[in-house]
Amino acid sequence: MNSLGEAFAAAWKLIAGFDAELAQVVGLSLQVSLSAVVIATLIGLPLGAMIAVERFPGRQTLIVLLNALMGLPPVVVGLVVYLLLSRAGPLGSLGILFTPTAMVIAQAVLITPIIAALSRQIIEDAWREYDEQLRSLGAQRLNAAMTLIWDTRFSLLTIVLAGFGRAAAEVGAVMIVGGNIDGVTRVMTTAIALETSKGDLPLALGLGIVLVTLVIVLNALAAIIREMALRRYG
Amino acid sequence: MRMLGSAALGLALLGLLPGPAAWAQKKFITVASTTSTEQSGLFKHLLPIFEKKTGIQVRVVALGTGQALDMGRRGDADVVFVHDKVAEEKFVADGFGVQRFEVMYNDFLLVGPKADPAKIAGGKNIIEAYQKIAAASAPFASRGDKSGTHAAELRLWKISGVDPRTGKGGWYRETGSGMGPTLNTASAMNAYAFTDRGTWLSFKNRGDLVIVVEGDRQLFNQYGVMLVNPAKHPHVKKEPGQAFVDWVISAEGQKAIADYKIGADQLFFPNAGR
Repeated sequence: MNSLGEAFAAAWKLIAGFDAELAQVVGLSLQVSLSAVVIATLIGLPLGAMIAVERFPGRQTLIVLLNALMGLPPVVVGLVVYLLLSRAGPLGSLGILFTPTAMVIAQAVLITPIIAALSRQIIEDAWREYDEQLRSLGAQRLNAAMTLIWDTRFSLLTIVLAGFGRAAAEVGAVMIVGGNIDGVTRVMTTAIALETSKGDLPLALGLGIVLVTLVIVLNALAAIIREMALRRYG
Repeated sequence: MRMLGSAALGLALLGLLPGPAAWAQKKFITVASTTSTEQSGLFKHLLPIFEKKTGIQVRVVALGTGQALDMGRRGDADVVFVHDKVAEEKFVADGFGVQRFEVMYNDFLLVGPKADPAKIAGGKNIIEAYQKIAAASAPFASRGDKSGTHAAELRLWKISGVDPRTGKGGWYRETGSGMGPTLNTASAMNAYAFTDRGTWLSFKNRGDLVIVVEGDRQLFNQYGVMLVNPAKHPHVKKEPGQAFVDWVISAEGQKAIADYKIGADQLFFPNAGR
């Protein structure tokens, strides 16, 4: 039972050898998941903030719905996006099925609810705390929302990282809408699934170790940025 | 000023966004094919030769034959390259494919644990082997995914007169996944499994599995290729798609298929136009 040892050896070989093909797969993983997280943040964060500070009919229902959507199964998202983008589907004429763009869309759909629901909670908690203070300053709701986003930015950063983690780790959606095409839409997770299918478990696990390492490095970078910002702005 | 840091971070993130230039398309076609051709490494050998000659990039989406044909039916592929003659002929008859060409063949195998609980090792008769497996209620891992291999497996069960569904939940286990994952499952629970030779030869996690039945005429596995009908789906890339079909059945393409080996084993045997 030395397959774990083999896996680490395989991972080390992959990293040390700096395989061009691997670099391309890793690069695409990062491109796709970072793009998805940027899009999801641009939509999810304002949406979460809006729901946090506004009062309107159906708000509770919307919150429940948003919270539930955090558990969207990637395969279902993949299937829906596939059916939309398929030539036989309503957006088929765009011709973007089996491209990285389709993968970005699927992942953005998957993580927008996570970012919206969690930022709603955080901003609403902060809103309760500062409600009177902000009101006494005569702040409009929009201004209040902006102030609260800024005040809770470090907590929100963690949410964005959670969204990125979910995007980078999922395989179900990108497999369906990307098609795992060699050199075009193959990312880390689909490559791992492929190697598992071929029964090359050490290589699959090796790739897994590379992926996890990558996510750790990105999170460390975020922690450093946060630390620097804290020191500078208190 | 305080916004400056986050603005810079945002820009840095945006810089990572792939621009349209990075995804600029060269001429390419999309081929819906089977997991057996992809996972055996055939395409990795074949496609660079074709691309070098024609400048056409071939993007392969590997699925089970049923799904691959469905992709063609929806117009999401330009060419379909699969192995289920009955389903392929229906695909063409229904007007989704232009014309079906035979490309190559290999064969199916029955693999199973060394311990061989059904006592069928070394046999040449797949039907008899199936009957013995059912009689012994020995574990059998089936694809269960409507792939070409699954269809072939079920046709043989039908001939054997055994309905494997009677063993469902017991000895007959449908994995509902590709050939590789099914072999992984069979290897983990020492079950028999019906597989194509290409995937088997390139499969690494064999554990105790060995070939138990091979060489029966009924284990013949024919692959076919066809252009998706542009009359049904006008966006189908007719010329480059047809160029690919023509190439794989040409003398040059056929030789490239014959040249693909793992170790000393040839995986696919070209037989276009025969």
